[in-house]
Formats: sequence, structure tokens, C-alpha cells
Amino acid sequence: MFNKDRWKEIIEVLTSNMFRTILTAFGVFWGILILIILLAAGKGLENGIKSDFGDIATNTMFMWSQATSKEYEGLPKGRRFDFKVSDVTSLKENIKELRFVSARNRLDGYQGENNVTRGIKVGAFNVYGDYPEIIKQDPMTITSGRFINHSDIVEKRKIAIIGQGVKSSLFDKGETVLGSFIKVQGVNFMVVGTYKKKSNEGDGEEGQKEIFVPFTSFSQAFNKGNDVGWMAITAKDGSSITSLKERIITLMKVNRKIHPEDNRAIGNFDLYEQYNRVESLFVAMRLIAYFVGILVLISGIIGVSNIMLIVVKERTKEIGIRRALGEDPWSIKVQILLESIFLTIISGMAGIIFGALFIFGINSLLDAVGPVDMFVNPSVSLGVVLIALIILIISGLLAGFIPAQSAIKVKPIDALRAE
Amino acid sequence: MIEIKNLHKSYKMGSNSLHVLKGINFSVEEGELVAIMGSSGSGKSTLLNILGMLDELDEGSYTLDGVPIKNLNETKAAQYRNKFLGFIFQSFNLINYKTAAENVALPLYYQKVGRKERHEKALKYLERVGLKEWATHLPSELSGGQKQRVAIARAMAAEPKVLLADEPTGALDSKTSYEVMDLIQKINDAGNTILIVTHEPDIADMCKRIVHLKDGVIVEDKKIEQVRASQYV
Repeated sequence: MFNKDRWKEIIEVLTSNMFRTILTAFGVFWGILILIILLAAGKGLENGIKSDFGDIATNTMFMWSQATSKEYEGLPKGRRFDFKVSDVTSLKENIKELRFVSARNRLDGYQGENNVTRGIKVGAFNVYGDYPEIIKQDPMTITSGRFINHSDIVEKRKIAIIGQGVKSSLFDKGETVLGSFIKVQGVNFMVVGTYKKKSNEGDGEEGQKEIFVPFTSFSQAFNKGNDVGWMAITAKDGSSITSLKERIITLMKVNRKIHPEDNRAIGNFDLYEQYNRVESLFVAMRLIAYFVGILVLISGIIGVSNIMLIVVKERTKEIGIRRALGEDPWSIKVQILLESIFLTIISGMAGIIFGALFIFGINSLLDAVGPVDMFVNPSVSLGVVLIALIILIISGLLAGFIPAQSAIKVKPIDALRAE
Repeated sequence: MIEIKNLHKSYKMGSNSLHVLKGINFSVEEGELVAIMGSSGSGKSTLLNILGMLDELDEGSYTLDGVPIKNLNETKAAQYRNKFLGFIFQSFNLINYKTAAENVALPLYYQKVGRKERHEKALKYLERVGLKEWATHLPSELSGGQKQRVAIARAMAAEPKVLLADEPTGALDSKTSYEVMDLIQKINDAGNTILIVTHEPDIADMCKRIVHLKDGVIVEDKKIEQVRASQYV
């Protein structure tokens, strides 16, 4: 089937009327090009929006306390309350599907007054009291030194991990950072590490201007007692935080003596739900891209099928001669099918290559003019290209099938008589 | 070599059918050179098509080299045609985008003979018809007589049992016709069995036996003294 003579003949047939072949090929070329560009544009939009989520573990919710809106067990409404450290333990014990429950506290520095000093340098930064797990929920790259560990928590060490932004405000270039001390609201912390966060759109700058200290040291230094400002809760892989949310909040209502129907007391932000909503949008977009692309491709394939029918018609006599000389009808069928597949694949490959060049061009244009809102790195994966190739082979087969069938339907005697 | 008994063939033409062959009994020995003659509509081409397995018979039996030819599917028919038969057509029927050598090699390709051997054999047969220097030429660069000689080489390339020629000289002038007939006679001299359909008496006279068909039956079947074509060349 794949011998040299077969291919020689395919080339001979397809090049014998070059103009017609190119026109036919253009239909398929155009279809696959549209498909690739649509998918790449969708991917670019997806990348753009997903980069807004940054590296944050998406199966995560944040939960904070607000004022109660219902009286309960003699407690008034409008009461303010705080989560306690014991709530974290009770969440971990009662809901096994949770991977991380991180208690967090914060000193506001954002747009506030200066709260951190080092020598004569001052700055306003967000200072977080955190557990070591937070680095897995809100990922950051440690550029030097280390992050908080469990001994820091247990021994309430006064250490700090500072962002690149903090470093550049408080330290001169070339100064030793690790081992030096910074003063947060009058309390000295030793810097043991620096980090860098993948910049998220909007808060890219702010993300580098944070200081992380151990939760326990934070509580002690800033008189938080057992209070927890808010929690970052991540579910284990396989269970979604959205489905666990209700159990978490119910448990908190019991612990904090809140009316079971009080929906205002505990605020939360479910990253997973938001993420899913966006995700399903992308799925819909991909479907539309495939739908439109394949429809355009189909019109190209019908073109190929049409031309193959004409080619077969033109070659009726030749096919008759070949059959008289003893060519197997199956071999003639294979020949027509291969011609059709070859034509579709070649033009499809041209479409894919052209599409890739187009995407490359768009990317370098994006690089040149700088980031565009909600559109990052339009691309198609190798998988998509493979899918496109499979679609091409199948469509080539389909396009050649009817012509191939009609080629051997004519009896050799009638084919010989054809002029 | 060929054994035909009580052959009937009719064609459906709308509501009525046309009875073309009405009981043909006919046999050909190995090495014979037979002319089938008759006016148009006598059924001679139909007979040749049935002999060539291009058409099916309605009734009767056909045996070729001891093999009964019946109920063939297209694949089997193609195999038998390739193995047993060589065709020579009035309009040459060369494939116009293939060179002379490629045309001659075609039946060998269907026998799955290797490329190199195929080419050697094709050249050998082209040499036999005197066209070795024309091997790389396309049919459009050849004269009518040359085309028919290429077609004869092609028919012989697969070394078939029988050569079937349908008006082989019908599209040629008389001089070229005699050249082609001379070639056919020489091939026959070498022991090949050849059947020629013709309506030209002088061509028929160059065979060894003439079968006359009229209205679908054989009216005359006689052995004749062969006229050698070489004396006219």
C-alpha cells in the first residue's frame, strides 16, 4: 500500500492539474487555519484570566467573621466575634477531607501608616501571622533563606520572611538581608528569608510587599491572644471545597454560638466556585471554537470530495484500462482514498503551519507592545494539533470514500468505452 | 486452450431484451491465430468481452486453460485477466501520463513484481516490438503504429495464455496495419495464442483461422492459408 509507485502516481495525479489542486486544498487549509486560530484565541483568553488567579491553590476558600444578625442563646444580634485557635483544631478533627486549615492574622500596612522600621528607613507593609502550610495555599518562591517552620510556631520565634518589595525599601543594594533585624510596630524580628510571588494582575506590586512571621509569635507580639483573623481552608484533591463549605460553616456556627440560620455572621470567599465558573466558560468557548472550525473544515472537505469525484470521472477510462490489465478493484479504491487523504493532510498541515506562524506573530506582537488585559500567550497544545491531524485523516477518508466507491462501481467494460 | 459451449448473452434495453449471442460453440487450441469476423451487431465484440472476462455470460460454459470461468467477483476476475489474458485495443488505451516503459510494466506491477525486474522485462518486450529507444517517451510523443506496438508489448509483458485484440488495426493506415500484423504474426510464430476481432478481410486473411459471426451465431469456421504480412511491409 505504501510503495514508491503508489506515491509516484498520487503525486502525478495531483500535480497534473496544479491550479485545481491548490484551489481544492485551500478549502481544507482555510478550515484548519480557522480552527487553530479560534482555539489559540480561546486559549489566550483563558491564560489571561487564569493568570489573574495566579498560583493560588484553587480548591481553597477564605472564611472570616462578621457581626451576627440573629439573637441566639441569650447573645445579642450585632455581636462581633473572633475565631479561636481551637476552631482550627476542631475543623481539622471533624472534617477529614480538608488538607490545610491555616489560621491567619494581619497587621494592615496597605495604604496605612508606616508600621515597619529599620534604622532610618521606614515603610508600610502588610504583616501576616501564618502557619508553614500557607506557602502551599498561596504559593511564593523563597529566593533566599527559608520560610516559617513548625519549630518557629512552637517556640514563638521572632523571625520574618520579607518580600522583594520590602527588601528594596528597607535595605540598600548589596546589604546583608538574612540575619538582620526589622522592627514591626516596635517589635524586633530577625529576617530569615526573602520571597517572590508570581505577580498577579493588579496586586502584583502589593504581593511583593508583605512580611510573614510565625502565627504564634504574631499573636504574642501584637496581643491577639487566641484570636484568629481569618482562615484559608484547602480541601484534599478529589473533594471540592464548595461541597464542604456548608459543613465547615455549620461547625463554626456551633463553636461560636451563632444561630443556625444566621447567614451573615460568617463571611467566605470560595475560590473554587469562582474558578469553576470561569472554567465552564472556557469549556463552552472551546466547544464553540471546535464547532465553528469543524463546520468550516467540512465545507473544505466537501470541496475535496467534489474534486475527487471529477478526477474519478476524468479517469474512468484509465480505470477501465487498469482493470482490464488486472488491477484489483480494492487497489483502485485505496489509490483514490490515498489521493484524497494525501491532499487533505498536505493542505491541513499547511493550515496548521500557517496557523502556528500566525500565533507566533501574535505572540511576538504581544511581547512587543507589552501585556494586554485578559489575553496572554495564545497557543495550541500538541494534543490539539494531533486531534486536528486525526480529524484531517478521517475527513480525507470520508472525502475519498464516495469517489472511490464510484470509481469501482463502473464495470470495466463500460469504463473502457467511456471517452 | 479456450472451450466455449452453448454460450448465450442478452442485454436488457429498457423493457425488451436484446439477444446478442445465441448459442456459440467454439474452441481454440494453443498456438492458434484466430480472426473473428462479422458485421457490426453480429456479436463479435460481445464474444471477445466475455472471453476477456470483462463481461459475464448468461448461459453456457467457458473454460480457459482448464479453469472454469464462472461466478467471478471483481477481484478474482482481475486476477484471472492479469494471469491469463493480454488485451490489445483499437484505441491503444495507453495511460497517457506514463512513459512507454511504465505502460508496459503495468500488468507486472499488478502481479507485484519488483520495480527493477519490472523495468527490465518492460525493456525486453519493448525491444521485441522494436521500440527500446522510445522507452522513456510518453504516448503523446508516439505515432499510432508505435502506440499499438507499445500496447502489444504491454499485453505480452505478463506472459498471458491468450492475447485478445479488438480491431487492433482499426485506427491505423494500411501500411502501419501490416506492420502491426507482421508483429502479431511473429508473436504467434513464437507459440502464443491470439484472437483478433476485425471486420477487414485482408487482416483476417493474415490469421490461420477465420470464424464468421452473424446475428449471434457462428455461420462459418474455417482454417485458411495464412497470408504473411511481411511481404507488404
